[in-house]
Amino acid sequence: MRWNEAEYTGWGRVRRASGRRARPEKVTSLKAILKDAPSPAIGNLRSYGDQALNTGGGAIDMTRLDRLIAFDPETGVLAAEAGITIGEIVRVFAPRGWIPTVMPGTGFATLGGAIANDVHGKNHHVSGSFGSHVLSIELVGASGRSRKLTRGGTPDLFRSTVGGMGQTGVILSAAIQMQRCASEIMQVRESRVEGLAEFLTLLDQSSADHVVGWIDATATGAGLGRGILEQAEIKAGAEPIGKRRPKSVPVNAPRFLLSPPIVRLFNRFYLRRVPVAGRHIERRLEDFFFPLDRIHHWNRLYGKPGFHQFQCVLPEDTAPDTLVRMLTRIGDAGVASPLAVLKRLGEGQAGLMSFTMPGYTLAVDFPNRAGTAPLIAELEAMTESAGGRIYLAKDALMSAGSLGRMYPDLPDFQRIVQKADPDGRFLTDMARRLNLRGETT
Amino acid sequence: MNRNWLIIGASSAMARAFSRRLASQGASVFLAGRDLDDLNRAAADLALRGAARAEALAFDAGKPEGFAPICDRLAAEDGELNVAVFIGSMPDQAEIDRHPALIEQTIQSNFTGPARFLQAFVPMMEERGGGTLVGVGSVAGDRGRIGNYVYGAAKAGFATYLAGLRNRLGRAGGHVVTVKPGFVDTAMTWGLPGMFLVAAPERVADDILTAVRKRRNVIYTPFFWRWIMLIIRLIPEAIFKKLSV
Repeated sequence: MRWNEAEYTGWGRVRRASGRRARPEKVTSLKAILKDAPSPAIGNLRSYGDQALNTGGGAIDMTRLDRLIAFDPETGVLAAEAGITIGEIVRVFAPRGWIPTVMPGTGFATLGGAIANDVHGKNHHVSGSFGSHVLSIELVGASGRSRKLTRGGTPDLFRSTVGGMGQTGVILSAAIQMQRCASEIMQVRESRVEGLAEFLTLLDQSSADHVVGWIDATATGAGLGRGILEQAEIKAGAEPIGKRRPKSVPVNAPRFLLSPPIVRLFNRFYLRRVPVAGRHIERRLEDFFFPLDRIHHWNRLYGKPGFHQFQCVLPEDTAPDTLVRMLTRIGDAGVASPLAVLKRLGEGQAGLMSFTMPGYTLAVDFPNRAGTAPLIAELEAMTESAGGRIYLAKDALMSAGSLGRMYPDLPDFQRIVQKADPDGRFLTDMARRLNLRGETT
Repeated sequence: MNRNWLIIGASSAMARAFSRRLASQGASVFLAGRDLDDLNRAAADLALRGAARAEALAFDAGKPEGFAPICDRLAAEDGELNVAVFIGSMPDQAEIDRHPALIEQTIQSNFTGPARFLQAFVPMMEERGGGTLVGVGSVAGDRGRIGNYVYGAAKAGFATYLAGLRNRLGRAGGHVVTVKPGFVDTAMTWGLPGMFLVAAPERVADDILTAVRKRRNVIYTPFFWRWIMLIIRLIPEAIFKKLSV
């Protein structure tokens, strides 16, 4: 197997790695690589920070191990190789009436990545996280041997692989429970929300399967927390809507594109897009679940310096106050991009290191400028003191100390991973930065 | 009508992308190659993507005795017979310079192996009065260059052979498409220095399908390689021999 020596980056393009990557196209090549040079697996590089980076070492690009293995049209159980993307699963199976039960905000995420991050979707309050619907995982360890993990049969390794950021080994394939979809069309109700208190109430009261809020993170004062609430259901017996052609951002955008006045202006128009009385629209499944996928390389909009996403979850009791303080701080700083999302999260955490907990999650993108890292550090401190946590799939800045205080099951995770990979073969830049494995490695 | 496609060298990334498109159109796909375990996985993938039938068959360009069973298997199917040849290998030229025995192997896997198989398969197509043969060559076959002239020579030989087959198969109502890809993002080019304008295998597969539908004779994929290679072919030999393009 030839290795590719080229720089690669996380989706935010702030964290970069120089190291070698292999990209096996066959299972036998993967196993041979793991025997010679065990290395962490990476997918489509959609996690934002340094989670899929291994500076100075190797990484195994899994995107070519992307085959469907088995599907039962009676039960909706699908087995596939880990490199297949969630979007591809939707393309193949939605016309037959099945979609993954949980889908992240981008269809470019791979099955393996969705498991390793225990991703959530717009239906977490109903369906839990991605890992809750994983029935089994084929994991190849540092020895090159593969084993089948299940929730009941191998609880420790299963719960450390789901949400385990690749630290237990390479996910070769997995079986997931899909859910039925009556059509490929979503019926979406969009409503304008005037402020944060109203937003939280509406998120609590919504009975829709899929709920997501866009928030104007530049608003301050009376408009703090204003935005658009989208509540959606899959429509029964809908007429198909034509597919729109993807577009691509060809080059790095100039800095002024996301300067504060332009973002404020954009947000104001974006908000007014929805009439005061709200509106009902229909969208294709993919356009609703993966809104940015139609714009390839949208991360280039942030220019060469890249960007950070801050995403936290806050428990129900502390969330209202903390969100006010966070949004005020973000609004005052004036560095937010138009991308800001507020969602309700429910029960359902499938792994020891899973992000989700009952409460509210706020995600805001920030262009990487001089004041960005200190601002995010403040927001992290607020998260920590509110009893919340930071989403590792998005993180590029957190410290090892905060990690331990936010993730109570970290010691268990460390113990299990230490046993699974005693020599630290699957360490990544993130694992080193956050001391994910504990002091011993 | 039942459409059968035999894919030779079916483990390659281009072949995988091409077969998936055929599968989603409901064709029967027969995957031929050396690694049967891998091909069985690929066949399961194609069946789930809508192939009327997906089967793995053993094929080794260096073992002509294995060709007859493949022909027999396809002969048992009703309907149109089509074949796409994706096999080939590209050893490093420096490696060939050190081990000249690699010349035979390179020419066999890129040219004489598939040609011997096609000699047996094309009469079956003629008998059924049609079908399409896709032969994947390379832009490297358009001009001998210092970097890979043995590989280029093999691909040039294959392209000339395909031109002859086109002449022959056309008389029986069939068609031959010669495909000349530029740099494609496959295991063959992964990590090689000097790659530029690298195309996704899915893009190449789309181009091939369009060429099959439109009964094109020779295509470059992506299309701009036609112009790049035109320029390269137009450089006078007196100058070209001093270049290292």
